[in-house]
Amino acid sequence: MHVEPSSVAALTADPPTPRRGRTLIVLVLVLAISWSFTLLPRGSLPRWLGELPRDLQLPFARWLRAFMSWLVEDAALGPLAFRDLTRGIAWLMTWPLRAAESLLVTGIETGAGSAAVAWTAPVSWVALIALMAWLAHRAGDRRLVALVTLAFLYLAVFGQWRSAMVTLSSIIVAVPFAVGVGLALGIKAVRSVRAERLIKPVLDLMQTVPVFAYLVPILILFGFGPVSAMLATIVYAMPPMVRVTMLALRQVPPEFVEFGRMAGCTERQLLWKVQLPTARPALMVGVNQVIMLSLNMVIIASMIGAGGLGYDVLTALRRLDIGAGLEAGLAITVLAIALDRLSQASAGRPANTAGRRADRVLWGLVLLALASMVLGHLLPWLAHYPDAFRISTAPFWSDLVAWLNVNFFDQLEAFKTFMLVHLLVPVKRLLLAQPWPWLTMLLAWLGWHLGGWRLALTVALAALFIVTSGQWANAMTTVYLCGVSVLVATLIGLPIGIAAGLDPRVWRIVQPVIDTLQTLPSFVYLIPVVMLFRVGDFAAMIAIVLYALAPAIRYARHGVARTPAELVEAGTAAGCTRRQILTRIRLPLAVPEILLGLNQTIMLALSMLVITALVGTRDLGQEVYIALTKADVGLGLVAGLCVAAIAIIADRLIAAASLRTRRRLGLEG
Amino acid sequence: MTDRPTKLACRNVWKVFGSGAERLLREDSAPAPEALAERGLVPAVVACDLAIAEGEIFVIMGLSGSGKSTLVRCLSRLVEPTIGEILFEDRDLLRMPMAELIELRRHKMGMVFQHFALLPHLSVLGNVAFPLEIQGIARGKREARAREMIELVGLAGREDHFPRELSGGQQQRVGIARSLAVGPELWFLDEPFSALDPLIRREMQNEFLRLQKLLHKTIVFITHDFDEAVRLADRIAIMQGGRVVQVGTAEELVLHPATDYVAAFTADAPRAKILSAGAVMRPPDPNESFAGEVEAAERVAAIARKVEAASGPLAVIEAGRVVGAVDRDIVMGVLVGRRTD
Ligand SMILES: Nc1ncnc2c1ncn2[C@@H]1O[C@H](COP(=O)(O)OP(=O)(O)OP(=O)(O)O)[C@@H](O)[C@H]1O
Ligand SMILES: [Mg+2]
Repeated sequence: MHVEPSSVAALTADPPTPRRGRTLIVLVLVLAISWSFTLLPRGSLPRWLGELPRDLQLPFARWLRAFMSWLVEDAALGPLAFRDLTRGIAWLMTWPLRAAESLLVTGIETGAGSAAVAWTAPVSWVALIALMAWLAHRAGDRRLVALVTLAFLYLAVFGQWRSAMVTLSSIIVAVPFAVGVGLALGIKAVRSVRAERLIKPVLDLMQTVPVFAYLVPILILFGFGPVSAMLATIVYAMPPMVRVTMLALRQVPPEFVEFGRMAGCTERQLLWKVQLPTARPALMVGVNQVIMLSLNMVIIASMIGAGGLGYDVLTALRRLDIGAGLEAGLAITVLAIALDRLSQASAGRPANTAGRRADRVLWGLVLLALASMVLGHLLPWLAHYPDAFRISTAPFWSDLVAWLNVNFFDQLEAFKTFMLVHLLVPVKRLLLAQPWPWLTMLLAWLGWHLGGWRLALTVALAALFIVTSGQWANAMTTVYLCGVSVLVATLIGLPIGIAAGLDPRVWRIVQPVIDTLQTLPSFVYLIPVVMLFRVGDFAAMIAIVLYALAPAIRYARHGVARTPAELVEAGTAAGCTRRQILTRIRLPLAVPEILLGLNQTIMLALSMLVITALVGTRDLGQEVYIALTKADVGLGLVAGLCVAAIAIIADRLIAAASLRTRRRLGLEG
Repeated sequence: MTDRPTKLACRNVWKVFGSGAERLLREDSAPAPEALAERGLVPAVVACDLAIAEGEIFVIMGLSGSGKSTLVRCLSRLVEPTIGEILFEDRDLLRMPMAELIELRRHKMGMVFQHFALLPHLSVLGNVAFPLEIQGIARGKREARAREMIELVGLAGREDHFPRELSGGQQQRVGIARSLAVGPELWFLDEPFSALDPLIRREMQNEFLRLQKLLHKTIVFITHDFDEAVRLADRIAIMQGGRVVQVGTAEELVLHPATDYVAAFTADAPRAKILSAGAVMRPPDPNESFAGEVEAAERVAAIARKVEAASGPLAVIEAGRVVGAVDRDIVMGVLVGRRTD
């Protein structure tokens, strides 16, 4: 990192006191006014300050509903009706999915339903485990082989094999699609400024609108079933691939491109023979993200027709069958960890080093897998893991939870009550008491202060969108739950991150834990939380905190750990104690990084928030969820867009604040 | 050098980074630096005229940021000049359609890069064969040619290694082999040895001279190291702030620096290796007796021993005639860096 001398000066000189004093006064004043709203007796403010009356709201939901029905019923591209187009796509997507399922789940069949005749068994569990182990061996070390083998064995032994294979089939179809489309869009965006201008905002929206919101349109356009589920997965998992592609292509050192041009490459040769291969390691990071996001979607996708592990978890959760839910949830986790480590290892491995012999073994194993399909037809134990050796942990988990609840009920309850009374409820009351003109004004002022009138306008418009769509109260509930969770996550994460930044030994312990936390699909967090705290805001908060903790730790550590060595030495030479070095040098320099971590924490919290609607929160997430169950496009999208609006407000304000501090510290011109 | 035909020439080439540069230059053919700075434009190459002869080693020198790389990229049209004309064998490179330019690059140009730019996913063989692969030449043929080139740069036996498994010097040998694989006539080298440590750099310079003896390419070579320029160049162009301030042989630059900048640049040059006997000689006395003779074109460093051993002054001969004299005083003066002016 390049550090201007001015940054040292900025650190050592105290900020001018009068300004700091004024900021403090403004802050106290704002808080006092906001607080005073909670003291007003109920009903003393005009109703429209709380929520805009219906006839003043803009009927976004109705417009969207009308648009959707136009799309389904009337829209056409020339002679081709839009609906036929979507059906065509759905039909096309059925084939690869069926092929994958034939291989992994059902075996090759002819006929359908009860009249189906099976010609072969699916790929044997033995053959698949061997294949996976070989892939792990090619990509990584012995530990990876052990991990992958154990993970797949777990699926077999604990009776999750069939469901896991259904899930795996949809993933091995969805991932190449998402990667391909993401790659194509990314390339397009890099090559043409106009395309980039179009693609970027769409990506922003796709990544901030909660998944649930676009499940409904997909449901309406493509119908209920595995194909819709897969399309939703592709839509959800693709945006990072686009971003990674753009970044990766831009990071290809210009010398490579110049070399390609001098060698006489055409544009196409340049892309395929120079840029993409040299960007491969970075692109593989994108592939890894796509795989992880696809797994994250597994449970959500089961709401619109995906089978497999996600479906098992969802039905178990609905029945409150803790044991079964946990077992299937663990299976997803195991699958996620195995695929994550495997794809990461392949990303880290330089290309073309495996050699021809390794390739031959791989093809041999593939042939073996195909042979096992035929053999499995004759030997049932080969086709399916024998039931007699199956182990179920469901009763164990159920008993454990029962035991916890019997023995620790009072403690858990007391903790829950304490948090509710002293943190959640007061914050909720404070936020819900705020009239929208006041908060909108505050946000706009903050935007103006941090980034000028453009930012102020963006922020105010986003807030006004929420107001005019009649979702203010729901939005405030969302902000409250999200805010409290982010606060708790930061309070826990920041000290851990700082400690890990100062001491690599701490980081060595913390890193694998948060790596694993980040691999878990968001849904999995709900299971233990609901078991211990039952449904409600508190359970939701715990789940969100767990899910959103990782970036708070990661960024804080990164910010603290990478303080330039010269600055620390300069501080030591100037006689600073270790504490002073931390508070005077490391922390101030880490502020931009910590802010970025905060931003990430908020984004993750918001995405988790919608999922916690399942455990009975009463906010925008719930609206989206209700819309999903009623298949109401308008309401679902509007509530989803409101969540996106909140995300955009937070993101832009924090990004501006981070930039400002970076400038002040002289880290950026 | 004037007797050889011009291979590459440029006339009034400008490269100004920033938007609106072209409009400004069309209105005002020689804008002042302040006028450019005012609009946030960065002039990287300013009003450049050059003519590079066939078979010449033409070295471009200058401090970091003086525009060397940009100029060379304009000459190869990797960067589109803002205005100007570039002639390759009397064909206008800038008006050339893309397809034709690609053909030209495939067969007539080669480039070596400062940081090697070896494709990490290809082996040494794959890298060297790459420019041929691009042309669609069959595998057997291109690999045979690539092996030949690898042999030429002394890397035989390492064909299957990957770039990351080679040292810096070896990597640049691969870069050189690769740029030579298509048998280019015009060879660009952008600071090819700057990333190497001094010993390896020397070895590579010798290698480079050996290759040039074999191949007789027209070469545009960038460096910011005057010693390197002196060792390799037929002629040197010195750049400052985007302008080519002087073009000439090393000796001309040392003896007649056009500006203070050039003088400062050449101040620490190894004068004994640059100056020839003809440049430092004094007029002969009418009836002087000589202890021997030297050629006027010989460098001072090369005749120093002879002068030291001789009992008196030596005659300087050019075309069989005595044109001057050198003695111990003169040679000492050059060796200790005393200025004659
Ligand atoms: N793409 C670009 N956009 C804007 N300015 C540029 C660009 N490329 C180069 N410049 C500027 O043009 C000037 C000349 O750069 P150039 O790379 O040609 O210098 P150089 O002599 O090769 O230096 P070095 O020895 O460091 O390689 C510099 O001031 C540089 O900042
Ligand atoms: Mg350069």
